[in-house]
Amino acid sequence: MSDGAIAHAGGDPAPHAAAHPRLAHHFDTLGQQKDAASLGMWVFIAQEIMFFGGMFTAYLVYRMWYPAGYAAASNELDLVLGGINTAVLIASSLTVALAVHAAQEGRQKQIVWYLVATLLLGVVFLVIKYFEYESKLHLHPAHHAAANVRLFPMAGWFHVDGELVPVANEMRLFMVLYFALTGMHALHMIVGIAILLVILWMARKGAFTPRWYTPVEIFGLYWHFVDIVWIFLFPLLYLVNRHH
Amino acid sequence: MSPDITPTSTASATVRSAGAVMPARHYLNEQGGWASWLLTTDHKRIALLYLFSITAFFFLGGFFALLVRLELLTPGGDLMTSDVYNRAFTMHGVIMVFFFLVPSIPATLGNFLVPLMVGAKDLAFPKINLLSWYLYVIGGAFAIAAMIGGGVDTGWTFYTPYSSMASNSKVLTGAIGVFVSGFSSILTGLNFIVTIHRMRAPGLTWFRLPLFIWAHYATSLIMILGTPVVAITILLLAFERVLRVGIFDPTIGGDPVLFQHLFWFYSHPAVYIMVLPGMGVISELVAGFARKNIFGYSFVAFSSLAIAILGFLVWGHHLFVAGETPYSALVFSIISYMVAVPSAIKVFNWTATFYKGSISYETPMLYAFGFVGLFLVGGLTGLFVAAIGVDIHVHDTYFVVAHFHYIMVGGTLMAYLGGLHFWWPKITGRLYPEGWAKLSALIVFVGFNLTFFPQFILGYLGMPRRYHAYPDEFQVLNVMSTAGASILALGYLLPMVYFTWSWKKGKIAGDNPFRAKGLEWETTSPPPTFNFDRPPVVTEATHSYAHQEARVV
Amino acid sequence: MDATLRQEEHEHEHVVPKSLYLTIFGLLMVLTAATVGLAFVDLGVMNIAVALAVAVVKASLVVLFFMHVKYSSRLVQLVVLASIVWLLILFGITLSDYITRGWLVAPPIVR
Repeated sequence: MSDGAIAHAGGDPAPHAAAHPRLAHHFDTLGQQKDAASLGMWVFIAQEIMFFGGMFTAYLVYRMWYPAGYAAASNELDLVLGGINTAVLIASSLTVALAVHAAQEGRQKQIVWYLVATLLLGVVFLVIKYFEYESKLHLHPAHHAAANVRLFPMAGWFHVDGELVPVANEMRLFMVLYFALTGMHALHMIVGIAILLVILWMARKGAFTPRWYTPVEIFGLYWHFVDIVWIFLFPLLYLVNRHH
Repeated sequence: MSPDITPTSTASATVRSAGAVMPARHYLNEQGGWASWLLTTDHKRIALLYLFSITAFFFLGGFFALLVRLELLTPGGDLMTSDVYNRAFTMHGVIMVFFFLVPSIPATLGNFLVPLMVGAKDLAFPKINLLSWYLYVIGGAFAIAAMIGGGVDTGWTFYTPYSSMASNSKVLTGAIGVFVSGFSSILTGLNFIVTIHRMRAPGLTWFRLPLFIWAHYATSLIMILGTPVVAITILLLAFERVLRVGIFDPTIGGDPVLFQHLFWFYSHPAVYIMVLPGMGVISELVAGFARKNIFGYSFVAFSSLAIAILGFLVWGHHLFVAGETPYSALVFSIISYMVAVPSAIKVFNWTATFYKGSISYETPMLYAFGFVGLFLVGGLTGLFVAAIGVDIHVHDTYFVVAHFHYIMVGGTLMAYLGGLHFWWPKITGRLYPEGWAKLSALIVFVGFNLTFFPQFILGYLGMPRRYHAYPDEFQVLNVMSTAGASILALGYLLPMVYFTWSWKKGKIAGDNPFRAKGLEWETTSPPPTFNFDRPPVVTEATHSYAHQEARVV
Repeated sequence: MDATLRQEEHEHEHVVPKSLYLTIFGLLMVLTAATVGLAFVDLGVMNIAVALAVAVVKASLVVLFFMHVKYSSRLVQLVVLASIVWLLILFGITLSDYITRGWLVAPPIVR
């Protein structure tokens, strides 16, 4: 496995005296440092895949058991908003890829603009998500009696045109997974946006050069991963049995 | 600076301290003050932070074991109610598994040695390394909070629907603790994988690496691929506790057994997280104290990977009586037999290494002998329980309890102690007192067998686990087990005392008191902050003893 | 040793042209529209298979091009592959229990 075995010429006791300011002391070259950062993010993504995988497993099991319940619950989701969100996220993947490209070419203004675009698209996604959730979550003060009445349709009701419609048990399983999956995804988006703000700030200060733009690239990998999760969530959650 | 090729010597690895020198400045004294420790990014200091906190949790978990064994001295449930007993064995399990065994060797010896053994100045991500320790501590704080709040009573396995719907113990707090500590583990594994791939010294190809590194690499694969699944599962359990509805809820059509599938998807590979680093340690100890290369190096290296991979395919053997179908049980059983093969290969190879080696009986070697024998028993009894027909009878009895304690305590804990003794001079610059250490090792061995061998018999005779009362005829064996546990406790307390003593008062060790091979021994004891005065260049297998070089097969 | 030279030696210096990014983006949008459209067509049990297949193609485009995996080292490609394999292990073997439930039915108790 010859995969970046490190070449280091001899025993210079102070090799970093003239080194790039971004080169950490325990790495020999910027190239090694970047390869390490990149591999590190990929390994992190690998564990994220397994993290979401647990929820997808539950989804698959219950879809197998309750196809009708899944279909009924899925049809309650807003397909238009879900579709728009999918397009928004894919566009944001484009803009972050273009930001990395701009960094490779050293175009400072473009880096900033593409990162801002990514940020705006990410915020749009979350705003749309907020409205989707809001339509599903209601307080029902008139129904204290049941133990878990307070919030979610998981608890047993949908709010449809001012009416309370009871939710079948099987639909409740779907809704738990819907909130768990999209909620965890949204949390990852929020963390991503927070990191993006930091990177945007660095970009505005001109920190990124063609020799060193690692944070943009690593962030890009994370952002693309979050997009990929949604690419799977969209059909699995929104498109169950829409053809009836 | 290449490792020396020491001419063949039949002399033992006797420790020398005449003329041994400790460097004036090293990683321990180069900086002082609380901040330099709590904000350190030096992997060696972080290893010591872990050592300190892991030891504290070990004794806490041991305290709960003591409570359990005290109750089991008598057949009646007289020392505590069954509810309190449930909390005692649960806290014992949760603390020992998640806060001691999983991090033990990787976070202490691994953190300290991985950069040294590959010739690097630090791990790939030093700040993430520090973060992993803080996550461990925060997770531990939640575990302690759960304990103070009365503990968890579900068993360390948190099975639903009891844990999600019925238990009124601190399940949520305990679950959060486990969840957070899981990310400590993930970050450690991430750091090791990137370091081993990207930071090896020039000339250090994969097949020149120490087997300790292979073992930690395989362990890290499991940490990355397995831990997140239990993390999300525990999180889903926590949601169900809070929201009072969830995916494991049978009243809405959920399947509680799904929890078991997802839980054991990690928790079975987790036992390999716990034992593989121990095996890596043993390979180093056996080679070092037999003055001989490990027989069949590449087989041992590949067997670590095989264990890691196959270990992911067998989790259903924990669900044989839980309601999984006979067809899937069959598949799990067959693969469980297969996973024993690479472990057996290691045992054969260690044994072959002993043969015609020039063996010396320093404490680390005593622990290595103990490991090989006790892991053998533990592993063989694993085959008993892997047979579905047998497991139907012994599942949830003391047979299983004995099986896994032979591996975890007779295996991993012995390897941990052996490794601590072997590398103690490197870590501290001082020698532990050999006489006391040998005595402790012996006490541990005797105490261990007295504690756990009777449990095989108890399980075979039908005594269930997790019961605080039992039929009278089981009392003799239980008394033996508790007596053994007291002896075992003494065996663990003694090293606490003499290691602490040796920190300031031990003899100066010098760079390489055991005349062992490896890049870590090519630097001073203790090492300088950046590990090597000059970066090493490797020209042969780093752990090459006598004339035998490790050849790439 | 010239750090600049080292930087240029390793794989990530492959610069993907903007036009390729835009093409991939276009493909992704088309595939999204396709998956929505196909959801309204009754393909019976194949609906989920088709939806997943489209999702896999979309994800592959993102992985290979946006995330540069097509131009990355073997190691990174192995990490990606291993993650997918492990996910399939989780799904497949768990489902092997659920799919075979009910295959073995206990014989009726005759009184």
